[in-house]
Amino acid sequence: MASNGIRLDHRIICRIVEPESRVLDLGCGNGDLLYLLAREKGAKVQGIEVNDSAIYECVKRGLSVFHGDIESGLAEYPDRSFDYVILNQSMQEVKKIDWLIGEALRIGHQIIVGFPNFAFIQARFMLFFRGKAPITPSLPYCWHDTPNIRFLSIGDFRDFCREKNLRVREAHCLGKKGIIPFWPNLFALNAIFVVTK
Amino acid sequence: MNKNGSVGIVTTKYFTFAEPPDPLVIESGRALSQVTLAYETYGTLNRDKTNAILVAHALSGDAHAAGFQEGDSTPGWWDVMIGPGKAFDTDRYFIICSNVIGGCKGSTGPSSRNPLTGKPYGLDFPVITIADMVEAQRRLVDHLGIEKLLCVTGGSMGGMQALQWVASYGERVRSAIPIATALKHSPQQIAFDEVVRQSIMADPAWRQGEYYEYGQPEKGLAVARMIGHITFMSDQSMEEKFSRKLKNGQYNFDFAADFEVEGYLRNRGDSFVRRFDANSYLYITKAMDYFDLSGGRLIPNGNVLPTRFLVISFKSDWLYPSNQSQEIVRELKMKQADATYCELPSTYGHDAFLLEVEEQTTLIRHFLDKTFNGYHVANDNGI
Repeated sequence: MASNGIRLDHRIICRIVEPESRVLDLGCGNGDLLYLLAREKGAKVQGIEVNDSAIYECVKRGLSVFHGDIESGLAEYPDRSFDYVILNQSMQEVKKIDWLIGEALRIGHQIIVGFPNFAFIQARFMLFFRGKAPITPSLPYCWHDTPNIRFLSIGDFRDFCREKNLRVREAHCLGKKGIIPFWPNLFALNAIFVVTK
Repeated sequence: MNKNGSVGIVTTKYFTFAEPPDPLVIESGRALSQVTLAYETYGTLNRDKTNAILVAHALSGDAHAAGFQEGDSTPGWWDVMIGPGKAFDTDRYFIICSNVIGGCKGSTGPSSRNPLTGKPYGLDFPVITIADMVEAQRRLVDHLGIEKLLCVTGGSMGGMQALQWVASYGERVRSAIPIATALKHSPQQIAFDEVVRQSIMADPAWRQGEYYEYGQPEKGLAVARMIGHITFMSDQSMEEKFSRKLKNGQYNFDFAADFEVEGYLRNRGDSFVRRFDANSYLYITKAMDYFDLSGGRLIPNGNVLPTRFLVISFKSDWLYPSNQSQEIVRELKMKQADATYCELPSTYGHDAFLLEVEEQTTLIRHFLDKTFNGYHVANDNGI
């Protein structure tokens, strides 16, 4: 999933973000994506991250980060503080999804959501033929040792957006090496959605 | 021992200002003449004067933050953090630390001579605030010819001064590192301070603050400091340090110090009496209690601050708990300031800001480096 050492999903998000934007990354990890956006797009970036050592990495890179969980760190931001709020590979770990997406859309003009596709063909095979909880490249965890508490497919997320009257501005469905043009709900490992109200 | 170096032998300097007829008018409206600040500096001020860092001390601290004074075997109070190769790297930065006004370590305070009477001020000394401390520091920074500080930092009351610098002179502060501190004193913190003050004032030897001819109110001041030490530790650090260990291996069945923790507190109380003025303890705790930059006073409305912030708290600190640091960060977020917040794991309680060297050093070194070298130089090697 890497090119020049940069992850495919990060490259896609970097393409989406307009230069000089204000960006908040919820669950920013060690700051790889924020660093990329600051460097490539001159974005003014901030992150929220709960992991101790990941926070130190962010500070080493000069990133502005808030140490805490993403559900407790949003209320103070004024409306429309950011051009983009990013939830990349973190939404599936969150309890109050509905509320979180609402908050993200309050403080950001657009949200960029990246998540693993549970309906990927390999996952379907594992469940159907072997009768086991799926383990795939984008869902690599064993059932008893996973941070994920939500399991959704690309189709599920489209339904969610429709139900909540959210506009899907862009949807990118990713395989191991690139974009999946056909039958993404079956063949894509990950998806990146750009959503507005 | 720390692998990094020491700033070596240091001497305290003195700066006196507010000579009549131009006194320092303080927040209460009263005036102070001939104000002296004791201060020390470490490292070298660069030609552009862009590498100056002001370190502010906590309640009982002083200007001697690093290195050794002639003949001393113990270094300054934040020597683990200030020196060549340390968090506040004296090979790169010019560090200033001054004793607060109201203090008793060389700066003007209640134990200083009142120029009007020729005797110690005692309770004639006006009640001062954190803003007054900062105002005096501002005069010192002006005196040193420094227009902009690279950073203002400190733990506990030192952190309050860092925040007050932002509120009073935000445009002169490129970055602030408030550590284990608060935007305002909570009722719990005021309550502890009030018990501390009452224990001093209840000692007959206090004599309404006019004790200088007779000696300190030793009992009251010692108890005050014992209370302080309890609040600086955590239950875990006390368990690790003392548990229920007995000094003589058995109960004495009297009221001597049976437990090691009792001995420790008595010891700390007694040694404090020898080094700190009781009236200064009253004045400084009062200044902390008055401190309140909540409700938009940290960053006045409409201002977009150029200041970067690194806010640090410690998990086991119950005197200045993490939620108070988070309140600072909330305020900064609302004003869209550039802020980083870290809660460091530690079992030392409030004392952690003096003891947790490694993580603080990592965070502070990188943060200062990015502030000093500018972090918006785009492309390959930075952001």
